[in-house]
Amino acid sequence: MGTFETLILILDSTVRLAIPLMFAALAGLYSERAGIFDIGLEGKMLAAAFAGAAAAAVYGSAWIGLFFAIIISVALALVHGFASITHRGNQIVSGVAINFIAAGTTIILGQAWFRQGGRTPALSAEGSRFTAIELPFAEAVADVPLLGPIYSELISGHSILVYLAFAAVPFTWWVLFRTRFGLRLRAVGENPGAVDTAGISVTWLRYRAVICCGILCGFAGAYLAVAQNAGFVKDMTAGKGFIALAALIFAKWKPVNVLLACLLFGFLDAVAIRFAGINFFGLFEVPPQFMQSLPYILTVVLLAGFIGKAIPPKAGGQPYVKER
Amino acid sequence: MLGFGNFEAWISAIDGTRMAPNAIELTGINKSFGPVRANKDINLAVHKGTIHGIIGENGAGKSTLMSILYGFYQADSGQIEVDGKPVTINTPNDAIAMGIGMVHQHFMLVENFTVLENVMLGAEGAQLISGSIAKARSELKHLEEEYALEVDTEAVIEELPVGLQQRVEILKALYRGAEILILDEPTGVLTPAEADHLFRILKQLKDQGKTIVLITHKLREIMAVTDNVSVMRQGEMVATRKTSETSVEELAELMVGRHVLLRVEKGEAKPGDVKLAVENLTVKDSRGVVMVDNVSFEVRAGEIVGIAGVAGNGQSQMIEAIAGIRRAETGRVLLDGEPIGVTGDADPALLRKRGMAHVPEDRHHMGLVLQFEENENSILGYHADVEYLNGPMLDIEGIRSDARDKIEKYDIRPPNCRLKTANFSGGNQQKIVLAREMEQDPAVLIVGQPTRGVDVGAIEFIHKRIIEMRDAGKAVLLVSVELDEIRSLADRILVMFAGRVVGERGPDATEGELGLLMAGVEGEPTKEAAE
Repeated sequence: MGTFETLILILDSTVRLAIPLMFAALAGLYSERAGIFDIGLEGKMLAAAFAGAAAAAVYGSAWIGLFFAIIISVALALVHGFASITHRGNQIVSGVAINFIAAGTTIILGQAWFRQGGRTPALSAEGSRFTAIELPFAEAVADVPLLGPIYSELISGHSILVYLAFAAVPFTWWVLFRTRFGLRLRAVGENPGAVDTAGISVTWLRYRAVICCGILCGFAGAYLAVAQNAGFVKDMTAGKGFIALAALIFAKWKPVNVLLACLLFGFLDAVAIRFAGINFFGLFEVPPQFMQSLPYILTVVLLAGFIGKAIPPKAGGQPYVKER
Repeated sequence: MLGFGNFEAWISAIDGTRMAPNAIELTGINKSFGPVRANKDINLAVHKGTIHGIIGENGAGKSTLMSILYGFYQADSGQIEVDGKPVTINTPNDAIAMGIGMVHQHFMLVENFTVLENVMLGAEGAQLISGSIAKARSELKHLEEEYALEVDTEAVIEELPVGLQQRVEILKALYRGAEILILDEPTGVLTPAEADHLFRILKQLKDQGKTIVLITHKLREIMAVTDNVSVMRQGEMVATRKTSETSVEELAELMVGRHVLLRVEKGEAKPGDVKLAVENLTVKDSRGVVMVDNVSFEVRAGEIVGIAGVAGNGQSQMIEAIAGIRRAETGRVLLDGEPIGVTGDADPALLRKRGMAHVPEDRHHMGLVLQFEENENSILGYHADVEYLNGPMLDIEGIRSDARDKIEKYDIRPPNCRLKTANFSGGNQQKIVLAREMEQDPAVLIVGQPTRGVDVGAIEFIHKRIIEMRDAGKAVLLVSVELDEIRSLADRILVMFAGRVVGERGPDATEGELGLLMAGVEGEPTKEAAE
């Protein structure tokens, strides 16, 4: 296989691996821009993956799976909102709690309902998974040199959720910077007092932000269990929610940067999978464990100051209390 | 006939003024927070088109009263009338709809937003902001011209000086159609020049028919701009006067409830040996900008040296360097003739042991841990001293009885050493810091902004204590942006401008003379100029 084909394959899997990160990081973006830190992306994603796979298996429809994934994820987001907005609790504690609840209940319910060791039944029926979409002319142009494979392999042949994830980036930018909701959302994460004195409800605004977060986490989970894989496996998010959080910080809470950061993390993941255990020039063999840990090492290095100061939304993590 | 017509118009004009309803009329307002009665049976009438001052010490209930008017809180009882009509104000939205705008003490601005975005926030109009941006921009231009409130609409707030940020707050209120403007302690963060500018703006707004309510605890401001003034004390409205018919002395007495000395009496200084010598000190700030530029001076035992200057001219960096908490680039500081290593290994704890006490400018960030109990703060920094220890442990009982002594001596209220420090008023917090540092009986006392945000009554007390320190033969270095304070306390006045000491004057220097020095207009020729 030539270098070019290898590259195309790596980029192709980069895209697949970056999608859940993108959904989750954008989810975090809505929440954190509004001043609610969300360490529970992982848990929401996991719960959504389980709900999506379970519903898709039972009803035989990927769309119903997606619907339930979103419902469950939003429900957990509202729990986080109830704890941190209404009751002004500690946002980190609430997020950690959601992660634990999701990790535990998905396995227990999976075992109770399907008796497959915490898995959900494989999604084999027609329409129970989001399958690849062939874009027009993908076959026809496949043999055109250079551009052909890029179009037919890289751009075409993904599930609808992949395209939605890419569309979600400019959409989020537009919401944030071109709508009244976005203006207020950004403001409430910086100075809720300014929002309150301008006659806008801080509470309702922040609730709307966590709902947006829940919806996107629902997409992330559904992608994992109903598109990328054919069913739910326990702990299938494997820290992606935290990587997404890292990508969000790396991207300095900006939508377009989120896209780039997630693609970078996806790329590293793809390289790790591709080159695991490969012998370099007959000289040495890179242990697969090293390759697998590469994205995490990079996360640490990047966040340890390589990217310069990432300034979070000023009111992030602080419950809003009217001062006397 | 023509004349008669004019006469009629004149009569109706007089009638108009006489009959015009008050812009705001509050009757019997009560508000309690738990057991604390913040407002007791308040009555207040603010005439249309006037500047009405509300003065009182911190915690007198001024801000609570205005928060009720702005819909932040609801009164427990009482009636509010705006333009002669009884109204209910439940949220800031209701207040905005009635033409009430508020400029808060701590600006309610989103710092990384532009001026335009801040002004629009909450008054955007449509769901999409692209259309409303253009509209807001032209509206804002119009307002800026009408009221001479120029500010770059595309500038980001955090890059603007505080004076301009405040202007944005005023524009925000005007953009929402405010006819009644409430300003809560508007000059707390301003330099004297910025404050003067603000007052010109307020007078101009008044001329254009707006009604302005000015909340402050600074008597000079009340005398400078208001038409009428109401005095609050401990939740009650104790008096309302025409500003032209009252005096600073009367207002101070009404505020505090007893006679207050605005200028502390003090005798001649008897300077002794040099206790603190600063030689060619140069200090950079965290961005690498030179903030203190080759400064030298000395402080003798038994004198108060005052450093005057507009905030931000290097005073903060200078006292931090002298106190050993910021590293200097070059220069020496000698304490009792011994260098303290300001460019390298100065150790604040060691300096304390050597007899230098430091009352930092910012008591919240550097002077106190607000979440600690009063008694814990009262020994902070000296907590490793043997007298507070019981073997390896803190001597809790000893610390508390020591704190109770200081509370009594410094009249700290409420007299409860177990209370969380955040629950004390600004003046009492400052007394906690002063008690801690002064009671160590230091040879050198460095005091930064001793009365920032402190009530008139407490100011008098603090000033007296500082003079007592001097008379006890201590060397006192006083840094303050309040010119009055410097003039009434200092035996020698050094003026800092752009990191340099631009002049030294005696305590009899006039305000105008010092003002010119502070503005950098006039000064002793610097070395470069002489060469």
